[in-house]
Amino acid sequence: MTVVAAATVASTLAACGGSDEGGGSSGGGENEASDTGVTETSIKLGAHYPLTGVAAPGYSEIPTGVKAYFDCLNKEGGVYDRTVEFIYKDDAYNPAQTSQVTNELVLNDEIFAMMSGLGTPTHSAVVDFLNDEGVPDLFVSSGSLMWGDDPETYPMSFGWQTDYESEGKIIGEYIANEFPDAKVGLFLQDDDFGEDGEAGIRQYIDDQIVAAERYTPGNTNVGPQIAALKAAGADFVVGFNVPSYTALSQLTALQLGYQPQWFYSNVGSDPNLVGGLLNRFSEGKVTDAALLDGALTTGYLPTVDMTDNPWITEFQRIWQECGGEGELTNYRVYGMSQAYTMTQALQAAGQNPTREGLVEAVEAVGGEWEGPVFAPFRYSEDSHMGTSGMTIERIVGNGSEEVQGVRVTDIGDAEIEEFDGEAATPPANAIPEEEAYEG
Amino acid sequence: MSDLQSSPSAAGKATDEAPVVATAGANASSAQASAERSFLPQSTLLRHLLVLLGSAVLAVALLELSTPYQNSQLATLTYYAIAAGGLTVLTGMNGQISLGHGALMAAGAYTTALLLDADEPLPLPVVLLASVLVAVAIGALVGVAAARLHGPYLAGATLALAVGLPGLAIYFHDIFGGEQGMRVRAPQAPEAFESFIDVVSGNNASSTKWLAYLGTICLLITYFFLANLVRSRIGRTWRAVRDQEVAAELAGINLGAWRVLAFVVSAAAAGLAGAVLALVVRLAAPSGFTLVLSLSLLTAIVLGGLGSLVGALLGSALLVFLPPFARDMGASFGLDQTEAAQVAPFVYGVVLIVVMIFVPAGFVGTIRLRRMNAKAKKAMAQAAADAAGRR
Repeated sequence: MTVVAAATVASTLAACGGSDEGGGSSGGGENEASDTGVTETSIKLGAHYPLTGVAAPGYSEIPTGVKAYFDCLNKEGGVYDRTVEFIYKDDAYNPAQTSQVTNELVLNDEIFAMMSGLGTPTHSAVVDFLNDEGVPDLFVSSGSLMWGDDPETYPMSFGWQTDYESEGKIIGEYIANEFPDAKVGLFLQDDDFGEDGEAGIRQYIDDQIVAAERYTPGNTNVGPQIAALKAAGADFVVGFNVPSYTALSQLTALQLGYQPQWFYSNVGSDPNLVGGLLNRFSEGKVTDAALLDGALTTGYLPTVDMTDNPWITEFQRIWQECGGEGELTNYRVYGMSQAYTMTQALQAAGQNPTREGLVEAVEAVGGEWEGPVFAPFRYSEDSHMGTSGMTIERIVGNGSEEVQGVRVTDIGDAEIEEFDGEAATPPANAIPEEEAYEG
Repeated sequence: MSDLQSSPSAAGKATDEAPVVATAGANASSAQASAERSFLPQSTLLRHLLVLLGSAVLAVALLELSTPYQNSQLATLTYYAIAAGGLTVLTGMNGQISLGHGALMAAGAYTTALLLDADEPLPLPVVLLASVLVAVAIGALVGVAAARLHGPYLAGATLALAVGLPGLAIYFHDIFGGEQGMRVRAPQAPEAFESFIDVVSGNNASSTKWLAYLGTICLLITYFFLANLVRSRIGRTWRAVRDQEVAAELAGINLGAWRVLAFVVSAAAAGLAGAVLALVVRLAAPSGFTLVLSLSLLTAIVLGGLGSLVGALLGSALLVFLPPFARDMGASFGLDQTEAAQVAPFVYGVVLIVVMIFVPAGFVGTIRLRRMNAKAKKAMAQAAADAAGRR
């Protein structure tokens, strides 16, 4: 770490403090077209999202958040006087289409870097291609371990959100401490999402778990699983599932008269989206997320209901000034937060960034960045894992209240610790001010 | 749409007008048609070999003159076209509808993924062949059931295949990698390929280009085989089964056996297409083989003209090139990227409806119908003139 700090100081001196205005002003030299996708006046980023199809509700709002943030950033001068151009394309959550649009982004649009590409199966299809082509693949929108735990295989890929295993561990520890007598049932998506979460949770409460039921994505009947949890006598159910299955599990439990304490992992717990889904699935019989009232969940980002959180205030302003139609949602906050981290990365990559330089900068100084995310990132040469910590929250109405502060951990048998840092406050205009990292 | 529905269901019944409009694309027998005035040789095999050679030269020119991104689009086109070629033989030639070709492609893709996953993978041609064989095995099983079914019942049975088979990959997730699928690492291009590209154009022999060539080679071979097959006794028998079930049976044709054969041939093409897809996409995952894939293939052959290989190729090209085109059009009209993305399926739907209304036999089918009509009129006029002269 000292080497890094020294290097940062040295680079600051070398740049004559020129980049102290949040990278908005140019440093010592001239802007050059230093790599693919970078010109003297612009820098091009790309991503893939499900904008149409079954996965589109919710997720399709993320890029609008990213774009709004970059539009506002560009009004303030962009990064080193370069405007950030953000191109996002629809893959309909189909890996074959992800592969097509990624080819288009890399070969045709010639993006400098991929950021925030969404989905585990979809991004799996392009991770090899991006790494083979040497395209930085930053901040994948998925909590799979794949993007971060093996930087030797995937040197260009970086995770961003808390991985599912760490999330499972934090949930497990919380239950062991607060509900030591609970009989816990697990409701799991039958893939790595559920598997990683289960592995984490079992590290702490293996002996408390009375049943683990799995559902297959696409099969909308979860009656057998919920009935099995009820039959096993589980009075506390932890769900590692996507939002539509939160709604389905709630409706099924309602039919069966089953009322355990629910705990949904972060992915499946957005009350607004789940409320909408409940309304649709029940054909209007359940109109909002009131069923979710009192359920527990985790958080690693501020949510729109935290109206006094300074980040949310800033994001509200950005959405008003630079966003499109509709309200600020938690998915847009997610996109804006990713765009914030991306801006930090671009600033750290220096005045004339290269693809290798960007990756080096994230490895070297990414672990020190502060932002809307509650806990620090784990970026280093040995790990490309994203943020490491989470709070535990209780859903109340369309919002939530914190029941346990931020605790941080890592994959494997790493300890869980209290996060002792302060919550970061946003800089002016919510534009970061990172120094250029120059090796 | 009425033609699409009537053609498979009419296949089972004896109708007065044997050649259904929808399958007009399948009926032009170029053997006689081109024999009138053509520089191509009379022998079907020789003629197809010449066409194959010409197409190969054309394909190399196309691949070398286009950008790397267009190369990747062409690679995508090849796997759609291979599968659509197989399906058009089944539906256009033999009158059986299949909504399950996406599942047969999945069988090919997963076979490729599993075989390439080994520590010392088999040579690529063997892997491709194995993928074809697995799809053939499944196709034969389904074909036996399909041979007894007609119209909506057949559609339903194959629909079950399309929905059910990818689900197996999730159920046996330890073997098939579950929802996120199996990543596929395509073998490196051989050195011969690099020197070939160097000689032809001097372009960079990237992995994208190699995959595009691989797909093109598979496409040409598939279409060569299929073209020969449909011009042979087998193709004629299939058409007999399609058009006049009773007459065909009276002529000593075993309907069931020929239907199963058509399904098997079609499945083989789908299996190969799946293998190419796995290589090009670098992944075999259930979400890549949804019902949408099967339906896209069906729309491709309907748009192009049922029963015509050229039509299948055209329809596949529309699948690959129309959505990005519509999206860019939408974006140039000032829509944001989310809205522009939503325009693509809409435009595709509109095109499908317009084609069904104005050219119900598909592109190729309609051109062939026109040509046949023109020829018939000319012959009539000639006959009338002759009659008048004699008088």
